[in-house]
Amino acid sequence: MKPPVYRWLFLFSALPIRFFSSAKPIFTKMSYQVNQHGFYGPYGGAYVPEVLYPNIEELQQHYQHILRSERFQKEYETLLSQFVARPTPLYEARRLSEEIGARIFLKREDVCHTGSHKLNNTLGQVLLAKQLGKRKIIAETGAGSHGVATATVCALLNLECCVYMGEVDMQRQYPNVERMRLLGATVIPATSGSKTLKDAVNEAFRAWINEPEDTFYVIGSVFGPHPYPDMVASLQSVISKELREQVPAITGQQLPDYVVACVGGGSNAIGSFYHFLDEPSVQLIAAEAAGKGIETDYSAAATFLGKQGILHGTQTLFMQTPDGQVKEAHSVSAGLDYPGIGPQLAYLHHQKRAQFVAVTDKDALDAALLLSKIEGIIPALESAHAIAALRQLSLAPAQVVVVCLSGRGDKDLETYINYRSTQNTL
Amino acid sequence: MKTSNRLVTTFQSKPSLLSLYITAGFPKLPDTAVLLKELQKANIDFVEVGLPFSDSLMDGPTIQHSHQVALENGMTLEVLMEQLDSVRSEISYPLVLMGALNPIVQFGVERFCERCHQVGIDGVLIPDLTLSEYQKNFKTLYQKYHLAPIFMVTPRTSEARLLEIDAEGSGFLYVMSSSSTTGAANKTLSDSKAYLERIQALPLRNPKAIGFNISTREEVEFAHRYGQGAIVGSAFIRKLQQTDASKAVEDFVKELRLN
Repeated sequence: MKPPVYRWLFLFSALPIRFFSSAKPIFTKMSYQVNQHGFYGPYGGAYVPEVLYPNIEELQQHYQHILRSERFQKEYETLLSQFVARPTPLYEARRLSEEIGARIFLKREDVCHTGSHKLNNTLGQVLLAKQLGKRKIIAETGAGSHGVATATVCALLNLECCVYMGEVDMQRQYPNVERMRLLGATVIPATSGSKTLKDAVNEAFRAWINEPEDTFYVIGSVFGPHPYPDMVASLQSVISKELREQVPAITGQQLPDYVVACVGGGSNAIGSFYHFLDEPSVQLIAAEAAGKGIETDYSAAATFLGKQGILHGTQTLFMQTPDGQVKEAHSVSAGLDYPGIGPQLAYLHHQKRAQFVAVTDKDALDAALLLSKIEGIIPALESAHAIAALRQLSLAPAQVVVVCLSGRGDKDLETYINYRSTQNTL
Repeated sequence: MKTSNRLVTTFQSKPSLLSLYITAGFPKLPDTAVLLKELQKANIDFVEVGLPFSDSLMDGPTIQHSHQVALENGMTLEVLMEQLDSVRSEISYPLVLMGALNPIVQFGVERFCERCHQVGIDGVLIPDLTLSEYQKNFKTLYQKYHLAPIFMVTPRTSEARLLEIDAEGSGFLYVMSSSSTTGAANKTLSDSKAYLERIQALPLRNPKAIGFNISTREEVEFAHRYGQGAIVGSAFIRKLQQTDASKAVEDFVKELRLN
């Protein structure tokens, strides 16, 4: 632990990105943030083929400057409030609190336009791409939330949009495919490998390699080569930025005892943790998808089953064979069906700053049905993992627990209907 | 580098060189050795052996598919090293090992370099190993085990960076004729003329081998106008899907060469 003086020095020496020009002091101290070489401890970096070097270099050189510029901030803030519908509420879930035995507060990212936190990121990246003079946007998507959020901003800002999506995911999230098409985007199936998120990322990278000139790759989570993990974290940090004001106002407590979020790549988790990273009293809980169980071959729990290596341009934890081939992940939730996690989350795991728990498909589904029934909120399957994780914590009734409800469940309706028909109890 | 690396001597000995890419363990696991021996008979100048990877970003569908088949056949870096060890005494041309960074890191970088040296690999090309990462973690090991670092340059590489890469590389400089994944159908070599002319005018230390979008004799000849080497990848993998190994080599090398 660094002595406090050093931590304040960091505040001045490093470059915290400031959104919302406000008179209040910025909360971020930089202890868990990216260093000047693009690393978080042993994780991170930018391992890209030479053909993408100019793109990554351009982004590395400009992203901080653009994100902090007045022009960007003004446009971003205006659209966050008028288009995305921010700030999102912090809601005290009383019946869930009773059920769990602690004071549970839901950060309602599900009420964002397009139904998830994804728009916070795509809005920022597409505005940035525009400032860099790019004409075409490509993106990968798992559950379709990031694809829809990207297509939405491209429609808003009049840019060509091409979304890569695993063929399996296109089937299990078909309404989102049609949403993207309605919004004017082209959806291209990824037919290689497991035909899910990992393969969609591969295809998006390959498309970028084939058309690097005026194309911008909008990555949907806190992974990929530096500066993507930092850039996406900065854009999603609006979640915890709002929480820093909402928690004292609504809970009566200055800081929450826990912040809980689900982790696929980890963008809603990093966004929820960001402004609490340097508050050691706040316990950070990351819920990974255990799939059918971490003891089975059908899981996506990267911190439990993963090993350090290089995937999609970054050094991080991911599931792989002993000879370094990437393993296929499994989760009932397409958005968490990815074999790795972002490098900053790997670092939080490494430093034991965040506690990782694994939630099975079944527990997530049960949590989704429970939340629907007792709170009137149908959560996304991804977010249901965070709800289910609450049962794995030993909580006291007076403790304040913030759960990031990253998205709404419309896209998962069919899964819920099918699951419910197999249950007699609910 | 003190050793006379086979790549260096090969590039010193002939004006125009032809190289083929094979995926290790494709179409069948033992075909690595079969193909390398056939390529010796066909008088190939040097060969790139690709270590398959589950998520190769640089490759288009043809080579991706060959990687998938090779992995299903049981190809690993360990197996490949054994195969090369057993066949090396029967082939005299230089070998370049090409592969993604992660399997090499998991194998252990020093152990990898040592094994490469033992089995007679002359150069190593790792597309996602950036120049700075090479300098930090690979350079001294490559030197210790006499491996030539092969780097790719692309039409988008700035002149300053190109010279920097040229200064670090040895053996040859891999000139990608276009910004693309391997086997891209929508690009043609002749479109790269201006770029290749630009590279030709630069004072480079290393000889050049041109790859990507080369599949016919005409394209090999075109490439030879701008670089000493011409590398054919996807077109040969496609051929291997159609014909058995020995016939594929014989036919294809004949097809690509005037004599």
